[in-house]
Amino acid sequence: MKRIVLFIPLILFVLLAGFFYAALEMRKTRSVEELQSALIGKPFPAFAGLGLANEPVDLDTLVNGEVTLVNVWGSWCPSCVYEHPYLKQLVERGVRLVGVNYKDTPEEARAWLNRFGDIYAFHIQDPLGSLGIDLGVYGAPETYLIDAEGVIRFKRVGVVDERVWTTQMEPVYRQYGGQLDAE
Amino acid sequence: MIPEFGLIALIFSLLYAILLAALPSLGVIYRKPVLIASAGPLSAMLFLSILISFVLLVWSFLVNDFSLSYVAQNSNALLPWYYKVSATWGAHEGSMLLWVLVLGGWIFAVGGLSNDLQADFRAIALAVLGFVSVGFLLFILLTSNPFDRLLPFPPGEGNDLNPLLQDFGLIVHPPLLYMGYVGFSVAFSFAVAALICGRLDATWARWLRPWTNVAWAFLTLGITLGSWWAYYELGWGGWWFWDPVENASLMPWLVGTALAHSLAVSEKRDMFKRWTLVLALTAFSLSLLGTFLVRSGVLSSVHAFANDPERGLFILLFLSIVVGGSLTLFALRVRDLESTQGFFALSREGALLMNNLLLVLMAAVVLLGTLYPLLVDALALGSVSVGPPYFNLFLMLFGLPMLVFLAMGQRWNWKRMTASKLLAQVPVSLVGALVLGAAVALLVAPSAPLVWIGALLASWILVHSLHDIYQRSRGGRSLKSLRMAYWGMVLGHVGVAVAAVGISFSTELTDFRDVRMQIGSVQQLGDYQFSVEGFRHEEGPNYVAELADIRVSREGKTLALLQPEKRRYLASGSIMTEAGIAGSLWRDLYVSMGEPLGVDDWAMRIHVKPFIRWVWLGALLIALGAVLAIVDKRYRGGAEAEA
Amino acid sequence: MAGNWMRSSTWLTGLAAMLVLQGALAAIDIFEFSSEELRERYQQLIVDLRCPKCQNQNLAGSDSPIAADLRREIHRMLEDGLSDAQIKQFLVDRYGQFVLYEPPMSGNTLLVWVLPLVFAGLGGAALALVLWRARHQAVAQGNLDGDDEF
Repeated sequence: MKRIVLFIPLILFVLLAGFFYAALEMRKTRSVEELQSALIGKPFPAFAGLGLANEPVDLDTLVNGEVTLVNVWGSWCPSCVYEHPYLKQLVERGVRLVGVNYKDTPEEARAWLNRFGDIYAFHIQDPLGSLGIDLGVYGAPETYLIDAEGVIRFKRVGVVDERVWTTQMEPVYRQYGGQLDAE
Repeated sequence: MIPEFGLIALIFSLLYAILLAALPSLGVIYRKPVLIASAGPLSAMLFLSILISFVLLVWSFLVNDFSLSYVAQNSNALLPWYYKVSATWGAHEGSMLLWVLVLGGWIFAVGGLSNDLQADFRAIALAVLGFVSVGFLLFILLTSNPFDRLLPFPPGEGNDLNPLLQDFGLIVHPPLLYMGYVGFSVAFSFAVAALICGRLDATWARWLRPWTNVAWAFLTLGITLGSWWAYYELGWGGWWFWDPVENASLMPWLVGTALAHSLAVSEKRDMFKRWTLVLALTAFSLSLLGTFLVRSGVLSSVHAFANDPERGLFILLFLSIVVGGSLTLFALRVRDLESTQGFFALSREGALLMNNLLLVLMAAVVLLGTLYPLLVDALALGSVSVGPPYFNLFLMLFGLPMLVFLAMGQRWNWKRMTASKLLAQVPVSLVGALVLGAAVALLVAPSAPLVWIGALLASWILVHSLHDIYQRSRGGRSLKSLRMAYWGMVLGHVGVAVAAVGISFSTELTDFRDVRMQIGSVQQLGDYQFSVEGFRHEEGPNYVAELADIRVSREGKTLALLQPEKRRYLASGSIMTEAGIAGSLWRDLYVSMGEPLGVDDWAMRIHVKPFIRWVWLGALLIALGAVLAIVDKRYRGGAEAEA
Repeated sequence: MAGNWMRSSTWLTGLAAMLVLQGALAAIDIFEFSSEELRERYQQLIVDLRCPKCQNQNLAGSDSPIAADLRREIHRMLEDGLSDAQIKQFLVDRYGQFVLYEPPMSGNTLLVWVLPLVFAGLGGAALALVLWRARHQAVAQGNLDGDDEF
């Protein structure tokens, strides 16, 4: 009995070391700054706002029976430029993409889109970030995947690129009925 | 060319470390006195070669050698020379070199001052330290080389030292902290040597006590300085955030405190030896764990050094070998060394055990709270946070009883405390403490609960200490006969009382306000008036700044003139805020500038923080007490000196 | 000229823009509160809530844009009459439990509250055992008096 007690510190340490090893492995795929979204499985928050041509848009405009990507971006955001070409590829393959223009002005947003290409089905202006707060946005770019009924099924914090799409997002997209044209 | 010499010196250090780990050990196994005696000279050579390497890195900073990628990332030609020196340890690679330099220094000291120890014990202890050095030197050479060159196109200018680090506090904070962290390696190596040699007598404890106390005092100072720095540099008046990196320094400190106390019992009564061994192993293990947490990127912290899982893996591996190895050794080799002297619960031994239990519980809670979010994340159960409300609650829960027992337990007899002695001590002190505590609370803030708790607890400790001094100086004994070890204890415990006052009073009474200030604006906060007299511009060596002149007065009398600043550093464009602080023993007046709302129109935060300096003052007294305790005659002249 | 760089209004706009992006100042907002009690609740809330973006900072100390947005929201909610619990719930619904520095005493953070008590119980039991054995020994050995020598 006495012997076993003496091994307790070692056993505790081994458990701790194992845990750290697992944590290091996890860090390879999940960054320490990435928050797990609180909105997975919840409906996209109701909103009523304006598009970039000041036309009225609301939740019904967004939820139209198709699996949709909602991309939070701004003309001030360098990474958004970086991810834009890949999003364009996805749109060309039939993905419906809606933009939330976060903490930006319509003029600057339109200028940015003129320069890089407008690949979005429509836009939602969010100059003060209030829709962003309802979505739990804390930076850009962030991209949400909503299903045909408008329920949020996935959130990506950071750029969407080939690796992220194929390993993380495409499976969810297909799972909820999303269609993709052949490559 | 110079950096290459630095790298060569580092490689030589590794060689010496390997020899130090191997030769004395072989000497003990094969009974070769020559090899055993090599421990001393090898320790010196190890320290010397690390020192050379370190100096050459500092040199590279001073001459602006931007062909070294580490220098280019952390320095700039405009940087004042003293910040160029401190930039040496401003980021991961250089701070690891500092770690290893401090380790070399401790090894050199042990090598030089331990000649009166039994030869084979000494050899093994130094060999263990050599082994630890091998691990760190390999880590530096393989993953974190500060001498890496940026060729073939070295930049013409460096990035600059992070402006947050361009500060005196940050020059001194890491060296002090490392003196502490690394200093626990001495206790560690002695514990391992005791296990290997199968010998654990009272001289072991007496020998170890000064080394442990000094390391612990340095760690206390390092943590205190870090807290002080955060207070005046970060601009919103907080001094402890329960950030993972802070916690990584607090855990070894808590266990180190337990170790320092347990060593006292082991030395005096030749007891608790196995427990002291475990604590000695744990304290340094927690230092190593801290290194892992801070540099592996597993935890989220403003303070984290490096976010590199590959480096993290190396450290984890090293940690596993060192800690796992020593704990295995403990389980296998520790035998019934206990001298089996009994004692009653109500005794000095009992009080010290209680102290140890509470300290270890506090360390366990800090570890749990720090790692819990990581656990939840690893199990993919979501993202949670564990912050100040949690840590404050449990540390108070365990800390308050500890303070209550501290006051009494420090006076108890060994073996058994009789009822009559208790009666001679407690009632008088209780009355005294109640009177003093109530008087203070009524004077300062009668309606504030934390003030009452802090005042009563601190008085409890202080009055007991004073009463004890009084009692010991009567009845044939004189004040002069009281040893340094005793005074060290008194000072340390009074320091705890002072810190308790600082923590409780400042938490309860601190107040701040976010205000808009223009020339002529006057803001009232409590009894104090803050008025803006003007704004002006200043140019520093590597920055430009906008200052505000603020007069603080109370009842019409000017108390202080504050000059908070907003600086823009030229090299990086970073913007820093320097708070204007006027401090005294009783309160700090504190202003930090926010953003400009117009010309000569600024958002500012003004604070009044009563008693906040007592926190750091208390910590200083604690560190001083630890040092005083080992100035005692019986530690001079090494193990030979008799009590 | 560097001398008057801070006084020109073009610089101020530039600074404001840069600060929004870099978030480099102490997080100070000037809000008006309709009562002192609301101000005190505000100051406590921004200390107790974590910034979703930063590496471990509370809303009071963080300069990032999202922290500024959330402080503004909190001010709005306080003026709208929401309770502290409701305000916290609002943020948790959107950002998850991560924003609470005080983990809830339920669900996947229940354990972090229970374990310290378990540790204390185990430790206390171990201490009691050690003390009981030591007492036994002392009585058996008979030599019952100790000094208070230092």
